[in-house]
Amino acid sequence: MAFDIFLLEVIISGLMTGVMYALVALGFVLIFKASGIFNFAQGVMALFAALALYDFLAEDGWFFAVFGFTLPVWLAIPATGLIMVVLAWVIERTVLRFMVKQNEIILFMATIGLAFVLEGLGDILFGSDVKPLDIGIPQGASDWLLDNFNLYIEQLEIFAAGTAAVLVVVLAIFFQRTRIGRALRAVADDHQAALSVGVSLDKIWVIVWSVSGIVALVAGIMWGSKSGVQFSLSLIALKALPVLILGGFTSVPGAIVGGLIIGVGEKLAEVYIGPMVGGAIENWFAYMLALAFLLFRPQGLFGERIIERV
Amino acid sequence: MFYRESGQLKSSYIADQAMFPIAQDRWFVIGVLAVAFLVAPFFINEYWANAILLPFLVYALAALGLNILTGYCGQVSLGTGAFMAVGAYASFKLVGFFPELNFLIVLALSGVVTAAVGMIFGLPSLRIKGFYLAVATLAAQFFLVWMFNKVGWFYDYNLTGMITVRPIDFFGIRITGPEATPAAKYLFTLTVVAVLALSAKNIVRGRIGREWMAIRDMDIAAELIGIRPLQAKLSAFAVSSFYVGVAGALYFAVYLGSVEPVEAFDINQSFYVLFIIIIGGLGSVLGAFLGAAFIVLVPILLKNIMVGGMGFDSGMAGHVEILLMGLLIIFFLIVEPHGLARLWQIAKEKLRLWPFPH
Repeated sequence: MAFDIFLLEVIISGLMTGVMYALVALGFVLIFKASGIFNFAQGVMALFAALALYDFLAEDGWFFAVFGFTLPVWLAIPATGLIMVVLAWVIERTVLRFMVKQNEIILFMATIGLAFVLEGLGDILFGSDVKPLDIGIPQGASDWLLDNFNLYIEQLEIFAAGTAAVLVVVLAIFFQRTRIGRALRAVADDHQAALSVGVSLDKIWVIVWSVSGIVALVAGIMWGSKSGVQFSLSLIALKALPVLILGGFTSVPGAIVGGLIIGVGEKLAEVYIGPMVGGAIENWFAYMLALAFLLFRPQGLFGERIIERV
Repeated sequence: MFYRESGQLKSSYIADQAMFPIAQDRWFVIGVLAVAFLVAPFFINEYWANAILLPFLVYALAALGLNILTGYCGQVSLGTGAFMAVGAYASFKLVGFFPELNFLIVLALSGVVTAAVGMIFGLPSLRIKGFYLAVATLAAQFFLVWMFNKVGWFYDYNLTGMITVRPIDFFGIRITGPEATPAAKYLFTLTVVAVLALSAKNIVRGRIGREWMAIRDMDIAAELIGIRPLQAKLSAFAVSSFYVGVAGALYFAVYLGSVEPVEAFDINQSFYVLFIIIIGGLGSVLGAFLGAAFIVLVPILLKNIMVGGMGFDSGMAGHVEILLMGLLIIFFLIVEPHGLARLWQIAKEKLRLWPFPH
């Protein structure tokens, strides 16, 4: 019986980690869907958002130095969201606008350049030391589950899973029911056709980058609360990549399901295979898992079918 | 006025299909090689060799390898760092097993080992395309580096987990380790790189190279006209990995002397090489060299200007350097997405007419 509880714990904690990966992968999917850009800077955007949020909240930040007070959490989060929107606008104005119709690898490289810029900027503005981010998300194990079912699960992870669920529902409604969402889907389908029926590409790109900036903010909050705001936060982008190819670059549900599969697979492998081969396999296991899936479905689990014509 | 091919009439197929059919190009390449081989070794010192020339040559070679795969065959790879590691560890083990073996043979064998590993990780490319493949190559990156770090056999079970090169003599001249003179290291690396670069130039304009380019431009169409994707893609992975493996072996044995896998061959190394070919120009041998020069020199220049010229402290300068590097990359991609090689080509076109307008 004890073994089963342990297995269950491993699986649940894998699922929760998977949700955290999915949060990052979501941002990738949004941008890839609407503009075909593989945005490598997504991880750094999460870092940048978390740094900005910390700056509003802490007494050693710029905001406190300039205005002499710190913002309460409920005001700081929208303020950071605003910063991400401005950032999206600046990126569109200074980078994307000039790169329409470029080869996708060039665009990918440009986002790596962007990641460098944001990383340097974040370091210069906010410093590169580890910052604890505390916005009142409950920490520690959930007592109720521990008492009643003898399960050890982090409250933060439950909270993150809940947030992710809400986020996905909101995004789904946004995409399916609103005017902008329809325009976004039109752009994702065919840039030129969308342009010809009067959808403004510039505007759509700003919106899409803003939305993924806000998703990055959510991811940044969750990861920042979990392990502090630090440079390694930007490396979760690398964790999100296998999630992404597993689920398919263009699918929102794919990002979620992919995240869950990777999260559980990784945890199980860590516990059961890891000790046999010397541990620390979580760096590459996700990629191997994704690769194995890809061999059977080259477009990922939920990706659009690849149709090739001569 | 100076750069014009009029009057250079070819009277044989050999002359017509020469590697550099225009005399000025030929003399330029010969001139550069002559300066590199005959003049530079007399002026080289420790700083120039270790900070500029050796990294330039090694990265140019690695970029050449990646350019064959990505620029010519169109398969994006993010596993270059790991393949460099394969070359480095292969050379380490080979020198350990056969200390008397000529180092050129060791290099070639390291390249062959890397080519074999590259072909294994190239197999998914037959089914997976585009960014899916790029991310799949990350599997190679993380798995191989993890393996070199965990499996003791690769680093001879020493306690630090690092590999350190043994002193190697090449026809009686020490070329590795601290006793080797900068000139010896430089000349050895230069010879290897020059030979491999000229071979690459020849490979890509031959049958295999044309097959790669056909696959790059549209693989289904290439398949329809009778190019076998299996052979074309795997040969691109093999040749590319060979180059990258040799570069990795030089990087470890001649340039650094001792490496630690997690740091020396991490994912940033892969991106670094990818940057070189994007900035230099995809699908261009010259581009690999121009890009390597850019990526190696600009950070040194920035650092010198900021720390030496403006008195930044080195931590801040590091942050600003990353920022500026990012800005430069974006700027270059916007201004000339086809890279420095393309700029060079435009300059040549202009030079052809100069000083006349038409």
